Amino acid sequence: MPSGANGKPAAIRTENLTRRFGDFTAVQGVNLRVETGEIFGFLGPNGSGKTTVIKTLTGLLPVSEGAAWVDGLDVRTEAEQVRERVGYMSQQFSLYHDLTVAENLQFYGRIYGLPPARLRERLDYILTLSGLGAYLNRSAGKLSGGWKQRLALGCAMLHEPRIMFLDEPTAGIDPVARRQLWDLLFHLSSEGVTFFVTTHYMDEAERCSHVAYIYFSRLIADGTPAALKALPEITPPGTCRVEITAPDITRALALARQLPIIRSATVFGQSIHAVLDDCIEPAVLERQLTRQGVAVSEIRPLAATLEDVFVELTRLRQAKLEANHA
Amino acid sequence: MPEALRGLGAVFYKESLHIRRDSMALLFALIIPIIQMTILGFGIDTNIRQVKTVVYDQDGRQEARELVNRLRNSDTFRVVGYVHSDHELNDAIVGARAKVGVKIPVDYSDQLIDRGTAQVLVLIDGSDSSVAGQALNVSTAIGLDESLRRVLPDRRALPVEVRPRLLFNPDSRSPNFFLPGLTAVLLLSVTTFLTAFSIVRERERGTLEQLFVTPVRPLGLLLGKILPYLVIGFVELCAILFFMRFVFLVPIHGHTLLLLLLSLPYLFVALSIGMLISTKAQTQAEAMQLAFLTFLPTIFFSGYIFPRETMPLPFYLLSFLVPATYFINITRGVILRGAGLMHLWVDALVLLGMGAGLLLLAAKRFQKKVIAT
Repeated sequence: MPSGANGKPAAIRTENLTRRFGDFTAVQGVNLRVETGEIFGFLGPNGSGKTTVIKTLTGLLPVSEGAAWVDGLDVRTEAEQVRERVGYMSQQFSLYHDLTVAENLQFYGRIYGLPPARLRERLDYILTLSGLGAYLNRSAGKLSGGWKQRLALGCAMLHEPRIMFLDEPTAGIDPVARRQLWDLLFHLSSEGVTFFVTTHYMDEAERCSHVAYIYFSRLIADGTPAALKALPEITPPGTCRVEITAPDITRALALARQLPIIRSATVFGQSIHAVLDDCIEPAVLERQLTRQGVAVSEIRPLAATLEDVFVELTRLRQAKLEANHA
Repeated sequence: MPEALRGLGAVFYKESLHIRRDSMALLFALIIPIIQMTILGFGIDTNIRQVKTVVYDQDGRQEARELVNRLRNSDTFRVVGYVHSDHELNDAIVGARAKVGVKIPVDYSDQLIDRGTAQVLVLIDGSDSSVAGQALNVSTAIGLDESLRRVLPDRRALPVEVRPRLLFNPDSRSPNFFLPGLTAVLLLSVTTFLTAFSIVRERERGTLEQLFVTPVRPLGLLLGKILPYLVIGFVELCAILFFMRFVFLVPIHGHTLLLLLLSLPYLFVALSIGMLISTKAQTQAEAMQLAFLTFLPTIFFSGYIFPRETMPLPFYLLSFLVPATYFINITRGVILRGAGLMHLWVDALVLLGMGAGLLLLAAKRFQKKVIAT
C-alpha cells in the first residue's frame, strides 16, 4: 500500500472521509492517499460512492465527516483555491453543445483568467496533443463521443492543473477512442500530472499505477495492481491459478468443481478460471479432468487479474455483511 | 476586476454566444410582447360606451320619447330594442341581451305634467361592476339634467357650475392610461423569464456543475448572465416605447431619455428576480412556475389595473413590495404627467435597492458553489 513514508506531500489525501445524504451514507470512512504523478484508478459498482468521493474532493459536495486535502489544501475550507489547481471532467458531457470547439476552449480559458498570450500557448499545446485542431469550428454537440471526451479533457486542463479528476471518461466511447484517450493520460502523467480516474473497465484498471475499490460506500481494496493480486485472500500461499479451455463449458464447470484439488472455479468467456489447492503439473490436472469426463482442449497457468481480485473481495465483503446481519 | 466578480467577462462572452446561436428564440421573445401590446392596445377600452339598453315604454307619448332620445344621445346607452312587458324586460337582462332596462310607466307624461314629478325605473345588470357604475352615473345625470331642464324652462345659468378638466389625458384615451402600465408587465417576459431559464438550463445539462469546479465567483456568474439580458430588455423597452408613441400615438410629455434611464433599475430588478428563481428551481418547468408567480402580483397589485389606493390595507402594503408599482409610477409620471427626476428619483432608488438585494441573495445561495442534491 502506498504510504507517506517517502516524505513527499500526497496529491490527494483523505482521512475517514464520510458523506451522508439524509439517512443514507454514500461514502463511509474512506482513507486514501494518492501520490503526485500517479494514475489512480477508482473502481466500484454503480452507486457505490465513486462520484460522491470525486464531488467532495472538488468541493461540489460538503464533507459530512472526516477530512480531505487536495494538493495540500483542505477541501473543507479552501475549496476556491482547490478549484484553481484541479481539472474536472464529469460523467456526462458537460460542455456547451451550441458553442463550437474553439468557443468552448476560449470560454474556459477566460474563466480561469489566463492572459491572452498564455491562453494561446495553452491552446496550441492542447490542440496539438488532442488533434482537435481540425474541428475548431464544429459545434461541440456534433462531435462524436471520443472527440467530445478529448474536448472535455482539453477544457479541463487549459489552466494546467496539477491534479485531474476524471469521472468515467471512457464510458460509451469506442475502443479505439478509449485507447487514444489513455495514451493521452499516460503522456500527461509522464509530465507530472496526477490523475484520479473512475472506470468500469478492468483493462483500464490494469493500466493504473494505483487502484482502489469501493463497495457499498466503503473502501475494500487499495494498492498497486500487483500488490492486490498477491493478497492472501486472492491467491492463498501454495495455490495456483489455471485457465482450462473445454467444449460444453457449463457441463465442464460442474464436473471440474467436483475435483478435490479445485478450490474454486468460475467461467470467463469460453474458459474456466480455477484456483488449485496444489500447484500440480497441467498434464496431471488434465488426466484428472479427463477421468471426470471433461474433454480438455487446453490448460494454461494463469496470473490473477484485477477482475479476480474485485470479484473475490466483493464476495468476501458480501459474506461478511450477511454474517453481520444474521 | 475585483475578485468577487471573477468570471464575469467569460460568462458574458459565452452567454452572448448562446443568444446569438438561438436567434430565433430571441426574435420570438422580442416580438411576442409587441404583438400582445398591439392586441391589448387596440382591444382594451376602459371608457364604457354604447351599453346595450332595452326600453319598455308603457307611456309612448312625447315626454317619454324625449327621455328615450336623451338616453340615446348620451353615447353611454345604445337602445337595442323595445319590450312590451315586465317579464320581457327582466328576461332581456337575465339573458344578457341588454345590460340596462328602462321602464317608463304608463302615467309618466300625466304625472310629469300634472304633479311635476314622475318616476322612471332603470334596471342595471350589476354583474359587470364597471358597466354598472357608469350606467348608474350617466342615467342619474340624465335624470338630473332632464329635471333641471324642466325646472329652469328659460335656460338660466346654474347657480353653481362645476367645470372638471381631465389633466394629462384630456380625451380620456385608454391607450394613454394602459400602455405605460402594460410596459411593466411585458418587460417581464424578456427579463425574469429568460434569465430564470438560463441557469436552470445549465443545471439540467450538468454544465453548472462543471462551472462550479472553476474559480468563477457567484457574483461574476450572475452578473455575466444578467448583462446580456439587460441589453435585450433595453432593446425591447425601446421597441415598446416606439410602438406606444408612433402606433398608439401616446404622447410622451416628459423626457424620453430620462424614461429610458429610469427604466434600467426596473430591468435590473426583473433580471435579479429571474436569477433568484434559477438558483432555487431544479428544472425548467419549475422555473416557469416560479416566474409566473411574479406575473399576477405585477398585474393586480402594481396599480396597473386596480388603483392601489382602494386596496384593503394588507394589499396596499403588499403593493410596496411589487417592483412594477414603482416602475408604473415612473412610466406614467414621465409619459403622462411630464414628471422629472426630482419627482421620480425615490422610485428609481427603491428599484435599485431591490435589484441589488435580490442579486446578493441569489449570489449568497451560490456562495459555496455546491451542487445540492
